[in-house]
Parts: sequence; C-alpha cells; structure tokens
Amino acid sequence: MDILLYGLIAGILFGFLLQRAQVNQFDKQVGALLLKDFTIVKFMFTAILVGMTGIYLLSDLGIINVAGRSFILGGTLVGGALFGIGWALIGYCPGTGWAAIGEGRIDAIFGLLGVFFGGFIYSEIYPFMRDTVLTWGDLGNPTLPELFGVNHWVVIGILIVAVVGMFRMLEKYDL
Amino acid sequence: MNQQKNSKPLNPYVGGILTGLLIILSVLVSGNYFGTSTSFVMLFGMLEEAILPERFAQIAYFDVVRAGISWQVLFVLGILIGGFIAAKLYGNFSFRSIPSIWKNHVGTSKKKRYIIAFIGGTISMIGARLAAGCPSGQMSSSILLSVSGFVSMIFFFIFGIIVAQLFYRRGEK
Repeated sequence: MDILLYGLIAGILFGFLLQRAQVNQFDKQVGALLLKDFTIVKFMFTAILVGMTGIYLLSDLGIINVAGRSFILGGTLVGGALFGIGWALIGYCPGTGWAAIGEGRIDAIFGLLGVFFGGFIYSEIYPFMRDTVLTWGDLGNPTLPELFGVNHWVVIGILIVAVVGMFRMLEKYDL
Repeated sequence: MNQQKNSKPLNPYVGGILTGLLIILSVLVSGNYFGTSTSFVMLFGMLEEAILPERFAQIAYFDVVRAGISWQVLFVLGILIGGFIAAKLYGNFSFRSIPSIWKNHVGTSKKKRYIIAFIGGTISMIGARLAAGCPSGQMSSSILLSVSGFVSMIFFFIFGIIVAQLFYRRGEK
C-alpha cells in the first residue's frame, strides 16, 4: 500500500514541476523539435545530470545497486524512430501529457487515448516483435562506463562538461 | 493564445534540478525510477481482463507486463493531479483545444487536431514499447548511464525533428 502512496506523491510533485516549468506544453515540446525553444531539453538534461550524480553517489556508498538496462538495437532504433515520428504529431509524452490534461488541454486527452490504443496494438503484435525486431542485435545491458572501460565518474564528469557547454550555447543564442 | 498572465514560469534548470532530486528521493524511498508508458499497458490489461478474460489469458505481453494497479499507475495519476494543482494555484488553468504552434502552422480545425493527436499517440506508444520506454523512462535509463537510454533519446529527437520540420514548416496560416 505504501508503495502506491509513494507513487502518487512522486507523481504529484513531478506533475507540479512539469506544469510550472511549462514542459508539459505542446508548444514547448514541438518548439524543441522545431529547434526554436529548448526549454524541455534544459529541464530534461539538468534532471539527468543531477540524477546520475546522486544515484551513482548512493551506489558508491553501498546504499543502492545500479545496473544498465537492456539494449537491443532493433527495439531501440525502430522504437526510437517510431516514438519520434508520433511525438512530433501528438506534441505530448505519455507522462507529461497527464500534466497537460491537468491544465485543461483537451487535445491531450485525445492524444493519450491514442497512447492507450497504442498499448492495445502493442499487446496484440508483441509475439511478432519478440520474434523479429527484438531479436536484432541484443547487446546485453551496457552502460557508458562499461562501453568505454572507464570509471563512472569519468563519464559523469564528461557529460556534465558537455551538457553545461550545450546549455551555455543555447543561452548565448537565446534559445 | 497562452494565458500565462498571472505568473512567471519556473526556470527550466531549476525545474530540472528539483526533478533530479525527486528521482533520487523516489529511488531511495521506494526503489522506483520514473517511467510512465508501461502504465497504459497495465491499465489496458486490467480492462481486457475484466471484459474479455479468455482473450486476456492468451496475450503473451501480459506475462511481461503485469496488468493491474502499481506504483507507476499511481505515479501518472499523480502527474495529472500535480499539473492541475499547479495550474489552478498560478492561474494557468483553462480549457484549450488547439496549441499556438498548431494554430499557426496547421489550422484551427479541432477535429483535425484531435485525430492527429490520437494517431501520433498511437505511433509514439508502439515506439515507446519497442524502445522499452518513453522520455521519462529513458531519462531514468540515462541516469543509470545505460547506453540504451542515450541512444533512444537521440533517436526520439532525430525523428521528431525530421517530422516536425516537414509537418509544421508550412508557413504561418
């Protein structure tokens, strides 16, 4: 029961932040894809930098265990492409779309009904995908530190420098 | 047009820092990284189990994703509530059908907007399931420094940018 309550509380706080930073808006999401407004990129990558630093710190302290997630080339590349194509049209994500409905966006309701329908389609075509696309190039669960054979703090350091450099460029050109 | 008249939005970097801290806290307290797209499958599974139990029993995907109420289902419900609370508190709540960019580049037909939002949602979900996560899930995957998280994110943007350029660059209407 507690676990459900933690989910609800985490969701309320996340939804609050998404709405306040406007990253739940169609205009911000499609604005990024049109390379005019990088609000969602700033939000998302800042969260990743803070998250990776904290999670790997907790891992080094022995408080939690971390592991890479499955990387199947077929699934990631085909799925990544399909998500991108659909994303440009819906202009919301399966998560942020809920916060868009929360601020009164009617079109997000239709969008998320489509997402729900996509869940149905996928449940029907899953056996086919499992036997085809999801067998193409199963690379295990690699992480960047494993891939490059370096300590995780080297990767985190490089990512922080690279992403902050990207942020400075975005601010310079007022994007 | 946008009705953000009563308040300045939260700085995206501040929002990102707070979100990063929230993810760390969530992992510490309940062991859950953020992710949202699986919840739609869990809910659809519940619906199918209720109305077509024999059919539901044959669907192999529900051996992979367990249908039912879970942390993630409550998480997306929370996002809806949190978004509503923030919008109400800061005077951003109002019913709107057509976003500004859509209005300027595609037009004012509500029907067209709803149909294409539905189709886009369907395509994006099939992609999210194949790639094992939408942006919130890939954000978690990237936090774990998984190669799959970064590659998925890059593909989301590349194909999103291509389609957006084709679809919305039809000039101001």
